[in-house]
Amino acid sequence: MTLLAESAGAALRLLLEGNRYVLETVLLSLRVSGLALLLGTAIGLPVGAALGMTRFRGRSLLVALVHTGFALPPVVVGLFVYMMLSRSGPAGSLEILFTPAAMVIAQAILAAPYIAGISLAAIQAVPVEVRLQALALGASPARAVFTHLREARLGIGAAVVGGFGAVISEVGAVMMVGGNIAGETRVMTTAIMLETRRGNFATAMALGIILLLLAFLVNAILTAAQQGRGAVAAAGRRAW
Amino acid sequence: MLLPAFSAAHDGVHVRLIAVGSGQAMALGRRRDADVLLVHAPEAEHAFMAGGHGRARLPVMYGDYVIVGPTADPAVVNRAADAADALRRIVLANALFVSRGDDSGTHHRELELWRAAGWPDPPAPPNRIEAGQGMGETLMMASEREGYTLTDRATWLALADVLSLTLLLDGDARLTNPYSVITVAGAANEAGADLLAAWLTSDEAARLIVGFGSEASGHRVFTAGAPPAAAGP
Repeated sequence: MTLLAESAGAALRLLLEGNRYVLETVLLSLRVSGLALLLGTAIGLPVGAALGMTRFRGRSLLVALVHTGFALPPVVVGLFVYMMLSRSGPAGSLEILFTPAAMVIAQAILAAPYIAGISLAAIQAVPVEVRLQALALGASPARAVFTHLREARLGIGAAVVGGFGAVISEVGAVMMVGGNIAGETRVMTTAIMLETRRGNFATAMALGIILLLLAFLVNAILTAAQQGRGAVAAAGRRAW
Repeated sequence: MLLPAFSAAHDGVHVRLIAVGSGQAMALGRRRDADVLLVHAPEAEHAFMAGGHGRARLPVMYGDYVIVGPTADPAVVNRAADAADALRRIVLANALFVSRGDDSGTHHRELELWRAAGWPDPPAPPNRIEAGQGMGETLMMASEREGYTLTDRATWLALADVLSLTLLLDGDARLTNPYSVITVAGAANEAGADLLAAWLTSDEAARLIVGFGSEASGHRVFTAGAPPAAAGP
């Protein structure tokens, strides 16, 4: 118990004094996972939109594949990216194994199916009449698709935010393809593992607290999106 | 390898093995989360004993470290006079050294070698990076990045086939790697700890220790007892 209390106290001190190691680790995490999220959204959202707005033979197979991607184990993605980027692998000449770029690729692969799957569900839930009506009112096809996407914006937002929560707390893939190199590829999750192994509980806890705060933030946004603004407004009316 | 034989000989003592680096092992000992430690970081062990955290410290066996690196050997480490000279050559050639960076016994020894080579604080990137991982991962990283690293011979022999690295330097007295067993002061099970420590330093354990290397790789990796020159401070 004393260990826990002492470490928690020391962790808070590290946070309050803005410890450089902690700050740099957090910033690299945000940079890597942020870029991975952009890349994952750029791939996942068009896939989700295409599958959510169309009906064709083989579609359900593709949807099943996207949902399988939900359960992609980070270590398997890490293994795959490692083998691709290894000196003896097909993309070895890029020489980006054990760099932040490799970590971005691995996390984007993890984020893309998540974003595709959740946004697919949101887009599918929008009545198709919304798009038909827009077309009937003289909108161009692109404009109609945009209208459809706008109706699903809360769900798409939830997909992106949830994808961020998934990749920032992931450790298996970044450890394998980043290598946890001090000052180069060490992010919050890999640093927590190392510092715990070294017995530096205060540093590990300081990073853990920030990771928890980020997770809380992500879930608060997700909850707000799920309840919808309507629910919030209704709650406000009840309060009146 | 040793534990099953000990358990077979001592019915009443149940050993739970936690495999961690020597630094964390001693951190566990300081918090009395472990009863017995098998460690290989002589300097840190002396500090541990001086701090009153251990009851007894006995030599169990010793192996050695080797310096490995890319086959092309741009820093010409294979002509180095000793381990300290090898490290100097790596930095002078602007080559890369991959450190464990994880507070393990190997990491401690590497820092001692840098001090001997003239770096009270080890060099910074890009000449030296800290992997913060185990020996296997560090060797893989050195292989991928065409860098040098310090490794214990047993891990090197186990992985040499899958690495594009070559053994470049061994045989320096500074590369002796002695393992000690430490019984923790104020441990929960002192009697069991004493039994295990006594058995690890017994003739029976010695036979198993010597047999291990020859069995695994055809090379002898460990020798029982303390190294001849009683290495370490």
